Amino acid sequence: MNKQVISVLLLGLMSVSVKAETVFVTLEKDNALALIDPVEGKLIKTVEIGQRPRGITISPDYKVLYIAVSDDNTIKMLDAETLKIIGTLPSSDDPETFALNPKGDRLYVSNEDDSMVTVIDIAKKKAIKQIKVGVEPEGIAVSPDNRWIVSATETTNMLHWIDAKTHEIVENTLVDARPRAVTFTADSANAWMTSEMSGSLMILDAKTKQISKRVQFEVPGVPKDKIQPVGVVIDKDNKRGYVALGPANRVAVINAKTYEVEKYLLVGQRVWNLAFSPDQKRLYTTNGVSNDISIIDLDSQTVTKSLGVGNYPWGVAVKP
Amino acid sequence: MFFIGFPLFASVSVFAKGKQVINIAYLMQTQKVRPPLSSLDPIIENKGVLGAELAIEDNNTTGEYTRQAFILKTFMVPADGNVADTFNKDIAKKYSYVVTNLASGLTNSVADLPAAKDMVIFDAGTVDDSLRGKQCRANVLHLLPSRAMRADALAQYLMKKKWTKWFLAIGTTQEDMLYAEAVKRAAKKFNMTIVQEKSWEHTFDARRTAQSDVAVFTQIDDDYDVLVVADEQGQFGEYLDYRTWLPRPVVGTQGLLATAWHRTHEQWGATQIQNRFKERAGRWMEEQDYGAYLAVRAIGEAATRSQSNELKPIKDYILSDQFALQGYKGTPLSFRTWDHQLRQPVLLAAPRSMVAVAPIEGFLHPKTELDTLGFDQPETQCQWSKSSE
Repeated sequence: MNKQVISVLLLGLMSVSVKAETVFVTLEKDNALALIDPVEGKLIKTVEIGQRPRGITISPDYKVLYIAVSDDNTIKMLDAETLKIIGTLPSSDDPETFALNPKGDRLYVSNEDDSMVTVIDIAKKKAIKQIKVGVEPEGIAVSPDNRWIVSATETTNMLHWIDAKTHEIVENTLVDARPRAVTFTADSANAWMTSEMSGSLMILDAKTKQISKRVQFEVPGVPKDKIQPVGVVIDKDNKRGYVALGPANRVAVINAKTYEVEKYLLVGQRVWNLAFSPDQKRLYTTNGVSNDISIIDLDSQTVTKSLGVGNYPWGVAVKP
Repeated sequence: MFFIGFPLFASVSVFAKGKQVINIAYLMQTQKVRPPLSSLDPIIENKGVLGAELAIEDNNTTGEYTRQAFILKTFMVPADGNVADTFNKDIAKKYSYVVTNLASGLTNSVADLPAAKDMVIFDAGTVDDSLRGKQCRANVLHLLPSRAMRADALAQYLMKKKWTKWFLAIGTTQEDMLYAEAVKRAAKKFNMTIVQEKSWEHTFDARRTAQSDVAVFTQIDDDYDVLVVADEQGQFGEYLDYRTWLPRPVVGTQGLLATAWHRTHEQWGATQIQNRFKERAGRWMEEQDYGAYLAVRAIGEAATRSQSNELKPIKDYILSDQFALQGYKGTPLSFRTWDHQLRQPVLLAAPRSMVAVAPIEGFLHPKTELDTLGFDQPETQCQWSKSSE
């Protein structure tokens, strides 16, 4: 082997290490955060984080991690590099899911037990408003154009449209049973929302606030009541969306133009939440029952690896 | 903190103004409650009511957005009172939806009253297979799992554990016989062996029972894997565990319990409703509370979806394929069209831990695995034509 080859090889290795990213996974039962190198395909380490960590988000500049530590009744802010706690946010009781606005200075938290959405000013680390919503708010999202905050209430079966400027509810849409997660398309034109009990994905038009399309999932060989859609993400080019189907152990690949289900990818047990790699070439899934994550290569639309991470992996966030 | 949004419901008339009103009656008779076996368990006299009240609150939160108001009125008949009189006087012609928590015989007497023809009765109290079988009524829906569903749930779990030889201990009440029937049916269905069945004929005196009677009672000729107890009122079953002649686990109405709801249940969002219930009731949610909660929520769900307060669209929606009730059990709940039993998972709970949830994985069904529990369509003995439709 001559020097040139070696240097090429080294370059190759270096480029891999440059591209490397970190996947953060909250472990609900281990009270911990797992750090994964998805390119190497290995668990880097697990760190203690507090009682029952669930929702996790990273700031738009990838510098701060926000983690809902449910049984500690707080949202912790961590330096995404050093993992040092740099602050805690007053989330009210039992925070589970939350959403950051595009600027990254407001956090909207679902308070399941109190039927509230809490608005937090991140710079001041203060709750500036509580908005009464239906029973058991869960899924929450902010539209990329920062016009809407939408809150899905699991027992009321509604999507509440909250004006981001006034923090008032302006419209309520009745949706399918037990709505779970909601996200917006990059152009803010549509919200995609999953219904756990109806096994469906609803597409809501942000103009009319009505359901414009409904995708019903059917997986051959899987009983209808095992198909329980939870996490949903849409790529930034609005080509495809992905829905985690819970105990059906599949991720549905949906064409974002035709709304056809192109494929069902077999992942781990009770697949829950989803996150893209920053370059959107991969998708990471948390699988709550099999205690692993699945890595999906999006070019080939195949599951390339599953990786054990710890007990009850819940939320997932990725840093380049 | 800022609190905005809807005003507190100061008075019914104010909050129902301009809204479609759905009136629901909750009818129960106070039971002559036997003191619990253990002084650890408080005597609860309002089982069910608080579940219905929580559900009304949930319905009305949704109603705030759909312009519907749900009003619940509770009718509590004293133990020596006449349920039919109360029904005829206060409920007949005034309500279309009645949630009942009555003894099994009374449930059908009410359902057969002339005024009940134009109603849906949500039975949130009984577990009798006969009410869902030969004695079924077209105007009655059943919220709690039947005895057959409970016994099947246990059998599936015992089969998975390969605990196939059962010793069946039966109490002295009529209900215990019925529970034992369900256990025997489940044993046959899942190919288990009941090596012996025996009636409890010892005393119900706690001290004597615990010390010597159980050891004597459980000395039988055949070996067995598990002791199945049928003692719905808890007169002796609680004393079996740890006192059997051979070291064998106890399942059934005590020990590993087959139930619709349990305080150890926390999966699938159950923690949220457990917390909400406890906060308002100051106690754990009991099975009857869960049944009443589901009944009122079913009415709410159907009224919201059909945008109606009328009997026909609501009943049609409840019995349709679209009906999917969220019951905190990880799967949508719906009614079996052939006997109006709510299909639902059955919890298998130990006093302080959830052991399993049936249907147990691996028990398959062409339509829904939930129908592996209880009487499936081909075996139902319910014939609407012969009942009071």
